[in-house]
Amino acid sequence: MLTPSQVIENYFLESRHQILEIAAMMDRYDVAVQRRGGNGAAGPAPGQKIELLRKALAIAADPKPAGDRTVALLELFATG
Amino acid sequence: MQIIQPHYHAIARTAQDYERMAMSGVVAVAEPAFWAGFDRLYPETFIDYFRQISEFEPTRAAQYGIRHFCWVAVNPKEAENPVLTREVLKHFPEFFAKPTVLGVGETGLHKSTKNEIESLEAHVDLAMKHGQLVLIHTPHLADKAHGTKKVLEVLAGMKVDPERIWIDHVEEQTIKPVLDAGYWAGFTLYPITKCSPKRAVDMLEKYGTEKILVNSSADWGPSDPFLLQECVIEYRRRGHSLQDAIEVFHNNPCRFLGQNPKFDIKPIRVESAEVAHA
Repeated sequence: MLTPSQVIENYFLESRHQILEIAAMMDRYDVAVQRRGGNGAAGPAPGQKIELLRKALAIAADPKPAGDRTVALLELFATG
Repeated sequence: MQIIQPHYHAIARTAQDYERMAMSGVVAVAEPAFWAGFDRLYPETFIDYFRQISEFEPTRAAQYGIRHFCWVAVNPKEAENPVLTREVLKHFPEFFAKPTVLGVGETGLHKSTKNEIESLEAHVDLAMKHGQLVLIHTPHLADKAHGTKKVLEVLAGMKVDPERIWIDHVEEQTIKPVLDAGYWAGFTLYPITKCSPKRAVDMLEKYGTEKILVNSSADWGPSDPFLLQECVIEYRRRGHSLQDAIEVFHNNPCRFLGQNPKFDIKPIRVESAEVAHA
């Protein structure tokens, strides 16, 4: 089993990379919506999925979750 | 599609890379001088390294039909030994005369110390005096924004031709000042520590393709030269034409590196051919 500092040391860069990828995707989405001329052009399905991702990010970032974040996220994605 | 890999540390890789690169369209690579993973102590170690990348490595690449070019420099991580740096710099002109050496690189900054800045100035000054191209490394991760700003400040205080300088490893927070100052900007694709193929395409779409060099470096650490091909695929799957992809991944390296006449690969243009059916 890893110590808290080992968890951070081992996975910080990988997590940084994954968060940057998610942020870039969110930026890419905003640019695409703007290019199409406003919020409505995104359509309901993409709009629901992006909201799902935003909720997921909030769950992942929760410093004191009630249970495992992974379980909560899988349950959230099961609703989408 | 024909691709040029403008930043590739071949000596750290096996011949399998060359074989797979050749199979995936790579026609040329350019190898900047790199850090060896430890700080070298002797000028002769650098001289032999420069001989390896300027004399031996082109023969290894040629077995797979790939042209190999290179650059010479003392790595920024080794700039804390100014005596060594000065000694090695004295030998640069003999390498500038070699047929595959394109210029000075990768010089630049790592922790932006006084010694690193003096080394960067000396490298750039020597390159400009000898009419060479320059490839500048910018720091990793948390040091990147500060280090890139410092590189631009150093260059602003010198008499340089921005057209002949490539500032590498730019990311979203550093690309604009580099392009605004008239330099070429490089995106270096790494599995986790630098830019990713998708983010690189985002920047191409936001800032345009002019004066951009995309590379995937690849060295002895966790790295993957084929992130460059992954970037080509990402660019194409977003609807950009084959010719647009060729402009970024083949013709732009030709335009920058071709400022040194030793790099004689020319930009290419796709033409449709009439196919006669019997």
